[in-house]
Amino acid sequence: MRNERTTEDVARGIRRRVFEHSIRNNGGYLSQACSAAEQLAFLYNEALNLGPSTRPLVPPPFAGVPSAGNPDYVTGAGYNGPFTPEHDRLFIAPAHYALVAYACLIEVGRMAPEGLEQFNKDGSSVEMIGAEHSPGMEVHNGTLGIGLSTAAGLAWGRKRKGEAGKICVFMSDGEVQEGQTWEAVQAAAHHRVDNLWAVMDVNRQQCDGAMDSVMEVGDIAAKLRQFGAVVAEVDAHDLAALREAAGTEHAGRPLIVLAHSSPTKGMEFLMRRFPRLHYVRFRDEAERREMNAAIAAELGVPPVELEAH
Amino acid sequence: MEMVNRPYAKAFEDYAVRHPEVLCLSADLTSSCEVDGFRDRNPDQFLSLGMAEQNMMSFAGGLGLAGFRPFLHSFGVFLYRRPYDQLMASVAYPRRKVRLMGFLPGVTTPGGMTHQAIEDISIMRTIPNMTVLEAGDATEVESIVAEADTVDGPVYCRILRGSVPRLFDTPLKVGRMRVLAEGSDVLVVTAGIATEEALRARGALDRAGVSVRHLHLSTHKPFDAAQIVDHAVSVRHGVVTLENHLVTGGIGSMVAEALAEAGLAKRLVRLGLQDTYAHGGSRPYLMRHYGLDALALVRGVERLTGQSTGITEEDLSAVRVEAVHSAVKAEAL
Repeated sequence: MRNERTTEDVARGIRRRVFEHSIRNNGGYLSQACSAAEQLAFLYNEALNLGPSTRPLVPPPFAGVPSAGNPDYVTGAGYNGPFTPEHDRLFIAPAHYALVAYACLIEVGRMAPEGLEQFNKDGSSVEMIGAEHSPGMEVHNGTLGIGLSTAAGLAWGRKRKGEAGKICVFMSDGEVQEGQTWEAVQAAAHHRVDNLWAVMDVNRQQCDGAMDSVMEVGDIAAKLRQFGAVVAEVDAHDLAALREAAGTEHAGRPLIVLAHSSPTKGMEFLMRRFPRLHYVRFRDEAERREMNAAIAAELGVPPVELEAH
Repeated sequence: MEMVNRPYAKAFEDYAVRHPEVLCLSADLTSSCEVDGFRDRNPDQFLSLGMAEQNMMSFAGGLGLAGFRPFLHSFGVFLYRRPYDQLMASVAYPRRKVRLMGFLPGVTTPGGMTHQAIEDISIMRTIPNMTVLEAGDATEVESIVAEADTVDGPVYCRILRGSVPRLFDTPLKVGRMRVLAEGSDVLVVTAGIATEEALRARGALDRAGVSVRHLHLSTHKPFDAAQIVDHAVSVRHGVVTLENHLVTGGIGSMVAEALAEAGLAKRLVRLGLQDTYAHGGSRPYLMRHYGLDALALVRGVERLTGQSTGITEEDLSAVRVEAVHSAVKAEAL
């Protein structure tokens, strides 16, 4: 499954796909694609030992929530490969990155491009906020801050069973405002959970705007180290640096890679919207056309063909 | 009546040592939940998660994903109030086999509002995929461990600790209520520590000529509404519920829903905490103060029948509560 394309190419594909989807659908999580494209491309395309997808290329419709009466229920985990002892697991902790994660699944051949056409459509499993049953998702992480705890529990259990597969969490920096994140780090450190690592997209943005204006979090790296994690800090858009950081020795402790990113990387036109980047909607048709042309030029791709109005 | 010392401690250890996929989790209340001996003798099966219930809940979800069946030990309140979001997303929704062992239900703690789980049944029974059990005596505490672990999904249990009376000689079974008396005047429905109070009240009510039909619930969810309705049909005056919990959302509400849905017009008197918090104090004081004891039940029966029984507090304290033997049948298998 790996290295059919370069990770750089996958990252470019993620930005392009999220851009095209957002232009067509009058808005989207554009900024998350800018900041996280290299991180998700890196995880899926080279860092993780995932094994081939076990799910259909075109995601089946929503098939009900888990219940005693729904024995055929499956999560979206199979898109990340089989749940076998030797394979790694990946949790996308900020479920709001779902659009970016789906784009990545397409770029690495785990989902068909048609799958994204179901995004946020009624009756679809390709939900706007990634749910357990959405492609590439394994647990509900839509309430931010719970992903690392779940991963720590799974990692502890796998270590106890002697399973080789590691647990990786893709996190967002806004999650450090939640107390549970710190509970998770201290618990993972206390129990020497070292088959657990995370990549945190440090884009310094959250729903209300720039994090410093919403709630200052101080020195995340220093705080994580005090709570017992091993921390590596890199430029999120430098794949060589991500590779090196992922190889950081972290015996007896969880590793958290702080990937310092730009929320407009590759689409600098979005700076016009700073600091309201969480979900970019077009104010009017004129802005939509302007953004279409400008960002397409930045990405080096043709503008999206828009229907006539 | 036999008193059993720390029945949970022995029952949990006996069960867990035979099931290595069972893990004992604690959030800094290990001895308070009677698993300190287990921790000392079985450290590899014990996980200390500190005063951090939110993480403990999601961490347990992860352990469930790894194939373990974690038993979470804490006071009942700490298993749902603070970590409610984590309970929903990490445990209940994905139907993890997480066993929530909630100690000190209702007013069995002098710890006051922050420690008293008075709305736990109400909260837990509205959560999809959740099973809710409650132990009412030492035998039920002993049997709830293995029985909870048969549930294919998450389960919340109200557990009694310390010195616990033995009322029953048959184990708790999920979904099975106990028929403790088959009288024809009034149906009394109780659970947990309220059942011992009802046994005391019945001793006096029998002598006063009130024929009581008495059901003991150890499964709150799934709730056997049909059985409740069948028994309610069999009595002349109506139903009295008595619970160590708010009357809203608990047994009183469950019975009301059952009667209403069946279209059965029977009067219902709901005894328990009446839209109020409790405060810190001894269990007998709190049960008297908030109307959860045998005397409150007698007065509730009088309210229902419209007839005074003449029963006094002294009459009730003179009643000897005996263990319930198999003369009364367990039904709804």
